[in-house]
Amino acid sequence: MKFIKLSHGSGGVEMGDILSKLVFSKVDEKLKKVENGVGIDLPDDGAAIPLKNITNDYIILSTDAYTVNPPFFPGGNIGSLAATGSINDVVMTGGKPIAALDSIVVEEGYPLDQLEIIVDSMIDVFKKEGVALIGGDFKVMPKGNLDKILITTTVLGLAKKPIVDIPKDGDVLVVSDFVGDHGAVIMLLQMGVADKASELKSGRLSSDIKPLTRLLPLIDRFLDEINAARDPTRGGIAGVLNEWAKNSGNLIVVEDVPIRDEVRRYAEMLGIDPMYLASEGAAVFSVSAEVAEEFVEDMRDLGFENAKIIGKVKKSEKYKGFVLKKTEIGGFRLLEPPRGEIVPRIC
Amino acid sequence: MAEFSKFEILKEVEILLRSRDVANLLVNCIKKLCEKISEDVRIMSFCGTHEWSVTNYGLRSLLPKKIEIIAGPGCPVCVTPSYYIEELIKLSMDGVQIYTYGDVFRLPAVKLVRGAKSLEDAKALGGEVRVVTGLVDAIELAKNCKDSIFVGIGFETVAPGYAHAILKDLIPKNLKILSLLKLTPPAMYFTVEKIDKDEKPLSGIIAPGHVSTIVGAKAWKKVAEDFRIPIVVAGFEPVDILMAIAKILQQIISGEAKVELEYTRAVSYDGDLRAQKLLSSIFEAKEDAWRGIGFIPGSGLRINEGYRRYDAFEYFNIEELRKSEWNYDLNAGCRCSDIVLGRAKPTDCKLFMRVCNPENPYGPCMVSVEGTCSIWARFGAKEFTDDILEELKLR
Repeated sequence: MKFIKLSHGSGGVEMGDILSKLVFSKVDEKLKKVENGVGIDLPDDGAAIPLKNITNDYIILSTDAYTVNPPFFPGGNIGSLAATGSINDVVMTGGKPIAALDSIVVEEGYPLDQLEIIVDSMIDVFKKEGVALIGGDFKVMPKGNLDKILITTTVLGLAKKPIVDIPKDGDVLVVSDFVGDHGAVIMLLQMGVADKASELKSGRLSSDIKPLTRLLPLIDRFLDEINAARDPTRGGIAGVLNEWAKNSGNLIVVEDVPIRDEVRRYAEMLGIDPMYLASEGAAVFSVSAEVAEEFVEDMRDLGFENAKIIGKVKKSEKYKGFVLKKTEIGGFRLLEPPRGEIVPRIC
Repeated sequence: MAEFSKFEILKEVEILLRSRDVANLLVNCIKKLCEKISEDVRIMSFCGTHEWSVTNYGLRSLLPKKIEIIAGPGCPVCVTPSYYIEELIKLSMDGVQIYTYGDVFRLPAVKLVRGAKSLEDAKALGGEVRVVTGLVDAIELAKNCKDSIFVGIGFETVAPGYAHAILKDLIPKNLKILSLLKLTPPAMYFTVEKIDKDEKPLSGIIAPGHVSTIVGAKAWKKVAEDFRIPIVVAGFEPVDILMAIAKILQQIISGEAKVELEYTRAVSYDGDLRAQKLLSSIFEAKEDAWRGIGFIPGSGLRINEGYRRYDAFEYFNIEELRKSEWNYDLNAGCRCSDIVLGRAKPTDCKLFMRVCNPENPYGPCMVSVEGTCSIWARFGAKEFTDDILEELKLR
């Protein structure tokens, strides 16, 4: 079996060889650059995108470092996560992703075949989404100085208007899918109980990693009615709603958030509230009440069949920034912001 | 197939016990019963997990204002004296391996011991401390290792496990147990006696469900009789708790004061006789200190004469805390002892969520997941919820 050596990251012949093998040979010619620009077709110090192609008013940029532990999990790996995560951040800001940069740091001794699977998965997501991989970096850290692998991706997108998250009084909250699947899977793996969870083996429970680009036509259509959009990753839906309530100075009332039975059950067993578990393929929107029903219908038509309304944004004199949750049995309690490390290194 | 159907039945039971419709029926029933009672009803939910259910499901917001649910002392970490933590910090720094539960790991002591105020600090300063999920982990880790201590904190629910390991000699010679186990019936007696002297005595008690699987419903009889107070042993689902409240109200109306069993799917009147026998053969009940509260007669379990070779007190010469030397052991301003005894709510404490929060717990009730302050911090304090419901006209 071949392993990553320090020389693979030293900028010499070995690095050229490994990048050819892992990246350059895998990316379609067309997706090595933005049309008429410079990318990894001619690897240089920087990439270039011609501005004359751009008819939109805004460039949307998002960057994220992915450190998920373990790097392989049911439903994906750190590579598919790194590509999807940053694509989704751009989509949730209202942008159509067009280009990406990646920075991969690997620990000396990491098996080459596993690295290849990871990079393939990343490139595969970019390819399916038509996002050009126009540049990147590759480094190796001495053994023990890094836990296996770290990938940073930066995705660039274009938008007519960015979605800046300020939910308005009277808005309705809509979620595109079940929440917490990714967090639940990582939680089970980290707590060492994954082999006891039959749902992971049978595939009934897996990470929900998926690009949210399918939502772009919906975002386009309702752009003026969407007052906030986010994919609830770290901190889960509770984190997003608390941030929105705080930033907008409103009060949020939430109920019946869709959570899979399996996720709910395992979270309860391990003493974790699923409202704090991360999703990597779900979106939550705050939209004007008048269009809410139509918005949900359209979302379902786009294939998000579990989409539903989960709450309302309300004005409050005394309780600005609070989130109130209607419980399963019809009682009410506060939904507190996430505190401490609920599940560490989730993305 | 048999396995499958058992699972399905369990699922049905769970759905029923968390059903909004059933909860609704019970809430209406509670409201009707309440109309027949003139005075305020103060019910103590003794167990930390009951308080979790009450808060997590927002039960208080469903009940008539006349009913107050008060959290009780059911958190063993919250009542473990600071002194023992300080002793453990010293031992860990002297090279003794300490195995402890995650919440005890973060428990703040009162005194600064060699620069450390908790076992977590001690570990950061080079002390030998390791978090385990239970005695079984400690037994595994301690094999072929140096002198070690397992910090045995808990109520009657964990005690039979320790007793079994001792009786069957499953513990490696180098591992000793520091038994700081507490008994709940004496604590309940003490708590009710204290509150009874207050202006507003308790009207009823929801007795701990899991402790009762061991000690049986009979364990609460003396409290019910001596203080003329209705007691219902309840399960931990929201419907269980609502049922228990309804049963307490019925007793109040009919002028009764007896122990009733709601959690019939797990608890019997006599309890687990085998576990009880196991406990009495390995441990002896002693007067024991409760943090910030003082000594409660017969409320602690120590390893008895016959099994001293497993006892960390004996092997490591750890002095017992003496009644004559006992000092109030909470940090200044901390109201944990009042909160544990149901005489104050977390929101009555000036430090709650200002100085003391789950990230930086100042008092013991903010550390354990069963601590009332920690539960209110993570799942919302009652006052705010009530206020918001008023403002939004949702109630």
